[in-house]
Amino acid sequence: MNEAANPGIVFWVLSAIILVTGFMVVSLKNIFHCAIALVLCLSGVAGIFVLLGAEFLAGAQVLIYVGAVAILMIFGVMLTSNLAGKKIIATTSNAMVAFFATVLFGGGTIVTIFMTDVWRYSSESLPIDNVMFIGKLLMTEFMLPFEVVSVLLLAAMIGAIVLARDEES
Amino acid sequence: MNLIVAVAELDGLFTWLYTQLTATGLGEPWVTIIQYGALAAIMFGALSLIALILVWWERKIAAHIQQRFGPMRHGWHGWYQTVMDALKLLQKEDVDITARDKVVFFWAPVMCFVAAFLAYIVMPFGDGLIVADLNIGILYILAVTTFTVIALLMAGWGSNNKYALLGGMRSAAQAVSYEIPMVASILVVVVFAGSLSMVDIVNAQSGYMWNWFIFRMPYGPIAFVTYIIAATAEANRTPFDMPEAEQELVAGFNVEYSGMKFAMFFLAEFINMFTVSAIATTLFLGGWHGAFLPSWAWFFLKTIAMVFLLMVIRWTYPRLRVDQLMEFAWKFLVPLTFANLLLGAWFKWAGWYW
Repeated sequence: MNEAANPGIVFWVLSAIILVTGFMVVSLKNIFHCAIALVLCLSGVAGIFVLLGAEFLAGAQVLIYVGAVAILMIFGVMLTSNLAGKKIIATTSNAMVAFFATVLFGGGTIVTIFMTDVWRYSSESLPIDNVMFIGKLLMTEFMLPFEVVSVLLLAAMIGAIVLARDEES
Repeated sequence: MNLIVAVAELDGLFTWLYTQLTATGLGEPWVTIIQYGALAAIMFGALSLIALILVWWERKIAAHIQQRFGPMRHGWHGWYQTVMDALKLLQKEDVDITARDKVVFFWAPVMCFVAAFLAYIVMPFGDGLIVADLNIGILYILAVTTFTVIALLMAGWGSNNKYALLGGMRSAAQAVSYEIPMVASILVVVVFAGSLSMVDIVNAQSGYMWNWFIFRMPYGPIAFVTYIIAATAEANRTPFDMPEAEQELVAGFNVEYSGMKFAMFFLAEFINMFTVSAIATTLFLGGWHGAFLPSWAWFFLKTIAMVFLLMVIRWTYPRLRVDQLMEFAWKFLVPLTFANLLLGAWFKWAGWYW
């Protein structure tokens, strides 16, 4: 078959990084270490996007998620009981429930992947400059989802401000 | 993947390297790896040298603004003072404090240093003098520079010191806030260039000087000034150097670092300043375009002029207070840059540009 059958060594290295750091995110005790593991995990996902020829998605992935993890880190630091003293413990209280949920969804996904025989794919080669196509599609065909997501983010932002604001002032 | 290696002016060197390597009977992938390694070594050496020169230059400019001489002992006007400083830092004891977070403390300077170099993969130093012309060029630079923020936060946390932690926190808050006006002012250029690729952006400014994006009235100068303000904040330089405000935080995030690790933070800071200036040159000052001189000479002349501007700003303006800093970003810069983006888009839509 084509190169999809043997994705090459880079794919396996990236996958290993994603899986190991992804497990570290949920298993490490220190919330700051979890956040750094999340940075590595999301960067690995960006690497997979590059392998798939989706450079724009990879760039956006790093820009948005790594930047967002920085904010998560700030929260982690803020939640510490005394500044730079005691380390915060990220407890996993509902481990069993989480385990079953993961098995359900992960297993379902894997089973679906293996049971699907016919995959929809395009035989056309990727355009060299696919950023322009993404931009055009976002502004024409996928205008409505794009706007809905914008409104959703705006609502989330206003909600965050309302929650964070002092009641008295 | 479309990594296009277009190193035209270094072509001779690389063809020579290629023939030499294939003559030894090495396989094709190894030859490629060695070639990329050589390219990386050239970039690393050149940028380290630039950082050392910039440190010396900054000290001289600071001294002359304050009516002093600055370093005068080593060579003509102390030109190799920073080389001696670097050698001294290499020999110094690497103080390993006991209460630090071991892994985070160790990797923070490494990450900061590496993140500072990453942007140069898509930097067009001259006509055809670029490592890889990615089609997401400027987005790639914006993405990799976010790693610097993570590195500073890691340094702040790993040091287990309240001053360092405050420095790291301020750095993250500041970078997240100023990222928005910076991206909005860069987008004005992207709207007119019609591409994210750095080479396409430079090519959109070819011809005479009034084709440079800084001279596109009226949105060009506004975008340029807002970019410089936001980029100064992103590079953590005065008047926005809250992360290491000496009077309040001793030295901020790098207070616990010594020797080699401190040198890595220090050099990364100067490389970041050069990056900011190089991006300003590429986006607003026409990149490598210019008459008579070779293209790379124009690029370096413009970039160094930008560096000089940043240095003069640093030594002539006082530091902002941390709340003023945030107010300035959110209440002034963000509305202004978005209004300017709308203005630019309107001009593009109406066709009022050349």
